[in-house]
Formats: sequence, C-alpha cells, structure tokens
Amino acid sequence: MSVVKMKLNGKAVNGDVEARTLLVDFIRQNLGMTGTHVGCDTSQCGACVVHVNGKAIKSCTILAVACESADVTTVEGLAKGGDLHAMQAAFKEHHGLQCGFCTPGMIMSAIDIVKRNGKNVSEDVIRRELSGNICRCTGYHNIVKAVQAGAANM
Amino acid sequence: MADTKTGIGASVRRKEDLRFITGKGNYTDDINLKDQTVGYFLRSPHAHAKIKSINTAKARKMDGVVGIFTGEDVAKDKLGGLICGWMIHSKDGSPMKAGPHPVLALDKVRFVGDQVALVVAETKEQARAAAQAIVVSYDVLPHVVDVAKAMKSKANVHDVAPDNRVFNWSLGNEADTNAAFAKAAHVTSMDIVNNRLIPNAMEPRAAIGSYDTGTESYTLYTTSQNPHVARLVISAFHGLAPEHKLRVIAPDVGGGFGSKIFIYGEEVACVWASKFIGGRPIKWTGERSESFLCDAHGRDHVTKAELAMDANGKITGMRVHTKAAMGAYLSTFSAAVPTYLYGTLLSGQYNIPNIYVEVDAIYTNTAPVDAYRGAGRPEATYVVERLVETAARELKMDPAEFRRKNFVTSFPHQTPVIMMYDAGDYGAALDKALDMSDYKNFASRKAESAKNGKLRGVGFSAYIEACGIAPSAAVGSLGAGVGLWESAEVRVNPIGTVEILTGSHSHGQGHETTFAQLVSERLGVDINNVLIVHGDTDKVQMGMGTYGSRSGAVGMTAISKALDKIEAKAKKIAAAVMESSVNDVEFKDGTFTIKGTDKKMGFGEVALASYLGHKFNTSEIELGLKESAFHDPSNFVFPAGVHICEVEVDVDTGLTKIASYTAVDDFGNLINPMIVEGQVQGGVAQGIGQALLEGAVYDEDSGQLLTGSFMDYNMPRAANMPHIENFQLGFTCTPCPSNPLGMKGCGEAGAIAAPPAVINAITHALGVRDIAMPATPLTVWTAMQSMKIAAE
Repeated sequence: MSVVKMKLNGKAVNGDVEARTLLVDFIRQNLGMTGTHVGCDTSQCGACVVHVNGKAIKSCTILAVACESADVTTVEGLAKGGDLHAMQAAFKEHHGLQCGFCTPGMIMSAIDIVKRNGKNVSEDVIRRELSGNICRCTGYHNIVKAVQAGAANM
Repeated sequence: MADTKTGIGASVRRKEDLRFITGKGNYTDDINLKDQTVGYFLRSPHAHAKIKSINTAKARKMDGVVGIFTGEDVAKDKLGGLICGWMIHSKDGSPMKAGPHPVLALDKVRFVGDQVALVVAETKEQARAAAQAIVVSYDVLPHVVDVAKAMKSKANVHDVAPDNRVFNWSLGNEADTNAAFAKAAHVTSMDIVNNRLIPNAMEPRAAIGSYDTGTESYTLYTTSQNPHVARLVISAFHGLAPEHKLRVIAPDVGGGFGSKIFIYGEEVACVWASKFIGGRPIKWTGERSESFLCDAHGRDHVTKAELAMDANGKITGMRVHTKAAMGAYLSTFSAAVPTYLYGTLLSGQYNIPNIYVEVDAIYTNTAPVDAYRGAGRPEATYVVERLVETAARELKMDPAEFRRKNFVTSFPHQTPVIMMYDAGDYGAALDKALDMSDYKNFASRKAESAKNGKLRGVGFSAYIEACGIAPSAAVGSLGAGVGLWESAEVRVNPIGTVEILTGSHSHGQGHETTFAQLVSERLGVDINNVLIVHGDTDKVQMGMGTYGSRSGAVGMTAISKALDKIEAKAKKIAAAVMESSVNDVEFKDGTFTIKGTDKKMGFGEVALASYLGHKFNTSEIELGLKESAFHDPSNFVFPAGVHICEVEVDVDTGLTKIASYTAVDDFGNLINPMIVEGQVQGGVAQGIGQALLEGAVYDEDSGQLLTGSFMDYNMPRAANMPHIENFQLGFTCTPCPSNPLGMKGCGEAGAIAAPPAVINAITHALGVRDIAMPATPLTVWTAMQSMKIAAE
C-alpha cells in the first residue's frame, strides 16, 4: 500500500492504495464519490471519464498512483455553487439522458470535445469523438444535440 | 386544464435529471452498507459438463475469505430453484419440459458462465483470488449452441427433454391455412433468421443482500425492473422468507431493456448467503464480461415463413414455423416470448384471414434467452415485414401500395391469432411517412447516390405491437403465473403536496416527470410538489413493474383511478367546509368552486381541511386524503406505425450508412412528447444495431461466447446513427379506447420497427432477396461479390 495525494474537484485528497488500484476505484471506493461509473471492463464504454489535468481520460485505464499530485475533476465538480455547467444544463434541456448511467462520462467527454474543437464543433466531429462513450438508451440523437447546445454556451 | 406548461401534452424537462447530471444518482453499486463483504461468482468454463467435485479447502484458508457457497449448500438449505413464470403447453396438450435451474449449479453446468460457486471475501481482489483457488473437476459433455441443430444434436441439455425441445406450440387454424395456400395465386416463401442479441444496459447487474439477525428479515438491493415480482418469486418459489420478512429495493437502475425483469441466481445467492455469514451484507457487482455471458439474451429465432396471395394481390394466408432458442435454462418470462408475444402479432397491420404458426422452443448450451426490448414482437414484425416487402417485389407492386391494399381498415378487428385490434389508422401513418420521407423523389436521390459510388435503397416497416401488458384473466388463461395489473396510491399531504406510490419502476423512462404531469393536470398541483415513489417493497405495497411498454397504459391508469377517488373525496370535503351540496362543487385548475356563488377553496386548503377535521363531520366523511387503486387493463394496447429507412451502401467496402430514417408512430395520446421521442430514438437505435452491428456468436466447437466484450460485440455508437436532420419523427393519433388517458405504449416501438425497415432498404439497394442480420460490411460486400460472380 502507498499513499497517493491529488486534488479532486479543487480539494486536496489522499488515500492508501495498492499499486494496482485504478483511479476509478480510488474515486469510488476510497473517496466515496460515486458519480463516476464503471460500465465495462475493457475501456470501451466511457462511463468513467474524468478530467486529469484538464484532459478527458477513462479513469479505469489509469492507476491511482499515476495521478499523484494531479488535478482531477469528476462530474461532481462541474457545477459551481448552484449553477450547472453549460454542458450539464444542455443535457437536461435537450433530453440527452434517460437512465443516467452513461451521463457523467458523456458530459465529461463532451466538455473535452468542445475544449479541443471549439464552440462550433461539427456534428460529424461530435459523433466521431463520442465513439469512446456508449449509451444504450438515447440513440445519441439528443446527446449530439445537447453537445452542440452546450458548446454554444460554454 | 392545469398549467399547460406542466400538464398532459407538455414536453416538460425531466425532474430526475438533476441528480444524474450532477453525479448524485443512487445506483445499486453506489450503495455501501456497514460491514459489507464482496461476492464473486466462479463460473463454468465449459458449455456443458458434469461437476465431479468441487474442492474449496485451499480457497477457504485464503486471506479475507468469509465464506464459499456451492450448489450443494443451496440444496442442503432447500432453497428453491429459479422458475419460469409462464406455463406453455404443446399442441398435443403436454406441458412444457422445464429442466431444473438451481441458484448455483448442482451436478451439471449447462453454459459457459453458469455460476458454480459464490465466494465471499472482504475485498473483491481477495474474493477473485480465492475463486481461482477453487478446484472444480469437470466431466465435459457434448454441447450444442445452434438452435437450428439442437433437436438433432448428441448433446442433451436437460434429461426431461431428450430432443432438447421444450415445447411444440401452435396457434391458428392449420387446415384452413393450408387450404388458403392450396388456392393461392402466388406464394412468397422465406427462411428468416433473427439474430441473437445481448441487451447491455449500461449499468451492469448488481445486488446487495443482507440478513438482519435481530428482526430475522432480509433486504435485497438489486438492479430490477420489477422489485415486487422479485420479492414474490424469492419468497414464494425460492422459499427464502415470507414477503413481510423480505424487502427488495431497486434504486436508480441504469437501463433494463428487459434484461432486468428476470430473477437471476446471483441476487438470490447473495441475499440467501448473508444469513450464513452472520448477516453481513454481500455485494456483487457484475462485470461487463458477466453481463455478456449471463444476462438473458434476446431473439435467436430461425424461421420458415410463407405468405399466400390471390390473383389481386390480397393476402389470403400466412404459415410460419419457428425454432426459438431458450438457452440452457428457462428464464423468468422466456416461454411467453416466442409464443403469446410472437405468434399473436403475425397478422401485422394486415387483414389476413388465415394464419397458422408453430413454434419449437429449444434448449441450447448458451445463456438463457428471454424478453429483450420488444420481446417476440420484433421477431414477429421482422417475419411479417420481410415477407410483405418481398411479396410486393415479387408481384412487382409498390411496397407501400401493396401494404395499403392489405391494411386493416375497420376497427375493432379480430385477427385469427387471438388479438383484437381496438383502434388505428394505418393508412394515415403511411401517408404521413411517405410525405415526410419524400418517397416520391426517391429515384432522384438514388441517382445522386449512384454518382458517388453508392447504392441507395428504401425499406418500409409497417409494424404493430401489443403492449400495455396485460389483462390478467386473459394472460392467466394463456399460462401466466401472475396477473399483469398495476397499483397506485395517492397520498395528499396536509399542505397539498402529493406523493404517488406506484408499482411501476423507472429505469430511464422518466416516470418521475410524466407521472407528475398527470397529477399536475388533474389536481392543478405544480409538478415540483409531486413526488413519485417507486422501487421499494417497504414503501409500495405491490406492483408488477415496468416492461412491455406498460407503465403508461397500465401504471398511469392506476394512478388516474386513484386520482378519481381523491377528487371525489376532496369535493365532499370542499362541499362540507363551504356549506354547500357536493353536487354544486366544481373542480378546475386546482380550485374548488360552488356553482352560482363566489365561494372557492384551493386544492391545498381542502387538503389541509381534510386533515384538520374542524369543519366537517368526521363520522360522515373519513379524515385524510389518501386513496389507492388497482388497474387491470381490459385489452392490450396496439401502438402501430410506419417507419421508412433509406440506406446508402458503399460499393467498394460494403459499408451501409443510414441515409435517412423516418418514423411515424401512433401511440394514442402523448403525455410528454419529448420523452416519447426519446424512447423512439433509443428504440430505433437498438433496431439499427440489430440490423447492422449486433450479433451474439457462440463458437460451435468450444461453446464459448466469441462476442463477450464491447471489443467483440458491436454496440451502436454515435457515428452509426443518422444525422440529426436525417432522422425525422412524426405522430398520428387514434386514442386508445381501453384506458381513460387514451394512451398506447412507446417504449419498444423503435426496436420492433427498425430491423425490417433497414434490411428491406439494404436488399432493395443491392437487388437481393435477403441479407443476414447484422448486415456488416463483410456480409454486404460478400453478397455484392457473389452477385457479380453470378452476373458473369
């Protein structure tokens, strides 16, 4: 076991982890933050996407110890005060979620897509770059709409 | 009318969204109980084998191990096996041949993934390590995974069914149908395969079972679409504990699509085993690999289907023989799926005087097959719409006009396969879909595609389904072990806020919003003052859950009936308080008024008065404002519509793109159009997935599931779906006459309608008679190559 320290949603956190502990397990088990989900075991579904030092990353694909001193943001860290992040608000406004399980990862990926591609990101780019996030409920139609709308308001 | 912004027909944004978009959802794996342990299942690596011995001695001594349980422990404790809740009889009158389905495998394993032992430890890593140290000695037996071959296989999945056939069921009049075929001017005959699908709700199944040694009662948190049915089955059939000693909670559930209806061995094992480790909770969270291996799969039919027509192109008969895979065990509702949810829908939207269907349900050494979004109705629609489209092409008739010529046009309409269609206007949906899809200019789009090296095709699907499941007496007479009603309780609080307790369960459908809209409409209460309570057997007395697109037509009708009682009682109280006759009380927009006077009371004032009891005689009018109701539907409801798909096939690669998709659906009255559209979009995506991408493949030699992860099983992704502007939705409306809200169901329509629309479009583009699902680039490319060879 070793101690890992990082910043999570702006707060300093630390915990004892094994070398093999994944970031997602550190977040969910050690810190009890359950907004980040696990939907597969092959790094395909994207339900666990968080931001590490500003970049979207599947938290099932990185070790907790590799995030020593990193700045990590989860879906719980997006809303400031009572104000939803523009992307969160867009998912609600455009009915971009049904069961909600893929939603945290979708929102984290969507924000990253907009950061890298700008407010006018095209539908094709959104669809292509969401290839690492699987949703079984919505057929993606309203997710794409939400990402476009969220982009405009970011 | 209530405030139209939150009442019936308004696209109200969902109340449940806030917790999901902020990471505050409460799914089963998010819950952690005091002293919780972790459960891990050791699973069979073989498709079929005798268990000679299980040696757990070494594993039991490993770090952190709390307990190890096998099928023998289950048998010793006399815990009952898993059941199939629907008894089907073969056409010779014999009951279906149901083999044993123990909670943990006993003596034999019957598919790769069958659970052999439950290992309980302090951590998941410890449980997994101990599971790997268990030595199971197997005697491998012959297996069969292909439903088409199983009846003649050496493999015998269950002793009770020597030819692996569970039942041979039939529906319709065979002699009359044969006579229609003898007289037919044209017969279209097809071999049709409906590919096996893996549901893959994004939240893997999970359970936390615990036993309270003080109260001698159990609690089970589980990813269920119907927690009350789970409690009923675990109490009455497994015999774990009487219902008042077993609480089942299905908190936020991350999608179901049928796969979370069923009662599985894992949750039963966890809640049962807790008692043997001093009541410590046991949490099992399925890995995705386990979802692939062990969640009940869908479809897997092999069918021979024929359509008879007279010289005028009128359909005179249909004959269908289907082999339906059941997998290794009969899952909870499995027997109903290829029978009463399939054969009964073979008339489609058409006037077909003679139908005969025979179904062989067959055991295979695979995961069980049960209801998956649509459940039987997608399989029926695929048969009907592939046959009809092909017949039209053979008769050189426009497929739209061939359908129109054969549509049912007067209602009620009794089909030869049980169903009585109550209302519909199929021509109206067809007209609207033709118009929205700009069908008349298809030729010019095809020419445009050809310039870019693409083959363009158009395909139709005029589907009907029966949902709002279902009249209890009717399903009882057909073999159901339960009634399929729904319950509701309306509790009005003294300050006028409202709590609705429902037996329906929401796992993405948005009940917390749509059910609140009904209350807002009826009582004039703001939807933010309405709480929808579901998913906990300690809170809601009884219910049948959510599947078969039933929560609107059946669940909301139960709420509506309870609201009728609330309104009637509130009127009595309002009349008493305002010293008037109840006959003079009017209730509108949340206000009670007395006819011909300026007296009025708000709904909240009446609610308060009902609990104060100061101003009415409490010996005449009972205190409080709380009512409940059960609703048993008098008929199925019959959503129907026309979907038109255009595809572009790349000649070089065989890649099929959905160029456009138009869905016109008749769901009767809509409560929340935004949510309804979302259901259609999601359903169509699953249908497109079945047609183009998804297919479960078992290796014939080893019996292993080859498509066991998201890297092998092709789930629809955002780029597989049509562009926003190319996916159009439209609605027609014939209100359902059998419920007061005039609602039909919308949850399954897309998954039912889409596969034949897509495949009809691809076969049209290629000019071939058939192409297998999933129509992958390889499949399509191969078909194109063989055509070229044939042409040379």
